[in-house]
Amino acid sequence: MRYLCLIYENEKAWESLPPSEAEAIMGEYFGFTEQIRGNGKFVAGEALQPTPTATTVRVRNGKISTTDGPFAETKEQLGGFYLIDAKDLNDAIQVASKIPSARVGSIEVRPVIDFSQEMEKREQEGAGASV
Amino acid sequence: MSDPIEELFRTESRRVLATLIRLLGDFDLAEEAMQEAFTTAVERWPTEGTPKNPRAWLVSTGRFKAIDQLRRRARFDASLAAVADRLGNGVTPPHELDDDSLEDDRLRLIFTCCHPALQPDAQIALTLREVCGLTTEEIARAFLTPAPTLAQRIVRAKAKIKAARIPYHIPSRAELPERLATVLHVIYLVFNEGYSASSGGSLTRLELSVEAIRLGRLLTELLPEPEAAGLLALMLLHESRRASRTTADGELVLLDDQDRSSWNRELIAEGVTLVERALRSRNFGPYTLQAAIAAVHAEAPSAADTDWAEIVGLYDVLRKADPSPVIELNRAAAVAMRDGPENGLVLIDGILARGELADYAVAHSTRAELCRRLGRTADAVDSYRRAHALTRQEAQRRFIDRKLGALLEAGDGTNHVPRH
Repeated sequence: MRYLCLIYENEKAWESLPPSEAEAIMGEYFGFTEQIRGNGKFVAGEALQPTPTATTVRVRNGKISTTDGPFAETKEQLGGFYLIDAKDLNDAIQVASKIPSARVGSIEVRPVIDFSQEMEKREQEGAGASV
Repeated sequence: MSDPIEELFRTESRRVLATLIRLLGDFDLAEEAMQEAFTTAVERWPTEGTPKNPRAWLVSTGRFKAIDQLRRRARFDASLAAVADRLGNGVTPPHELDDDSLEDDRLRLIFTCCHPALQPDAQIALTLREVCGLTTEEIARAFLTPAPTLAQRIVRAKAKIKAARIPYHIPSRAELPERLATVLHVIYLVFNEGYSASSGGSLTRLELSVEAIRLGRLLTELLPEPEAAGLLALMLLHESRRASRTTADGELVLLDDQDRSSWNRELIAEGVTLVERALRSRNFGPYTLQAAIAAVHAEAPSAADTDWAEIVGLYDVLRKADPSPVIELNRAAAVAMRDGPENGLVLIDGILARGELADYAVAHSTRAELCRRLGRTADAVDSYRRAHALTRQEAQRRFIDRKLGALLEAGDGTNHVPRH
């Protein structure tokens, strides 16, 4: 089963970190990613540019509106994510607890909805219609 | 239901349910299957006779009923056919097992209901519903919560177990300490809610304490962990004093003033044995230490003849294991008994000055009592009034009223209030 681990932390604190410490944390992240690639739990993972680079997009009455910045001002910001394949929630919690930012920020673990059966059904129906 | 089956339902339904949840992987489906199995038993046992292994029979029947149910539903939702097939091709069919070789799944059930990923309120509600078999209405009444709110809590928790795939497992050795702590906390909260209702008119809500002790017994039976035994001991030792904590008309009686001849000696003996066993394991925690303190009280012939030095010593260890201002407050009260009220008062004033217990009624009433013993009537009156304003318990409020009344009467008699 897939879980999305959303990494939240205070990006301001990250900016004010001395380079040597930032580098050490990056090293930990590379190590962690290697580890979950090795045990087959890694599906995807990315780090995000900080929120000042964010743009919020909405469509209302067919009109696109774009605004600067994230949707809400919060103490911790979404800084990156891992998509993992875990046996169950306990397994996912174990993986999430090893994400380096778990020690300073927080990791939100969200189960991913499995649409594979739906997709299969749609494909079958689609195939049936074309015959 | 006929009587033997009703009796069986009372003793076996939770265990049957716990196993059905494991076999079927779904709380609601298992609940339905369990009900159907018992309904079938009511129909068939009186004429066909009771099976040799009733528990295994019920599990097996419930499982087949659930698979049937899924097959019927599969006509509308094809994906269920695969689920039904998978369940149908299970390992050893339970009807080939006898009752004793059928695994006891209640420990899985307890750990799942108390999973830390569930809201604390939901952990309590789900445990009482699934493990104890209380109805939603009963739980709602006990916790003074509207029944729809409580039902909603249970529905949400079950939905999360399913959607987030909270496993139906006993935690691994590495996870056990943290997970067990959550389970013990849930049980103790249930007990306390029954023992000293946090608000409202009645001081004790017996049924919740009974359920908590039942849970404690079940847990110690299934899991040989010293802290589980420690918690059970603590609950039994508190319970042993239930009759003496209130007067016939529901007024509060403090430990020092209780009629010790009415303490339940059987519960005390059982509690003391459990504490001693937990202490010997050298792998105990805060519940065992609190139980050890309760045991010293339970074995003392009177408040004055209590081994207060031992109690202070136990509080010292407890304070290290589980630092909390409430424990410091209790320790201060014990120091007052060992070394005199002025020594206890210095400690309590220190705790209150730190502000952590400023809104805790018991801190002020304890201070008031020490001031009273020292003859500082005005200070005692002040502190009792603070406690009175802070408490939410009716019985506690009336108790403080009586204390205040006695103090003010004595004050009137001497015509002056001593000040220091």
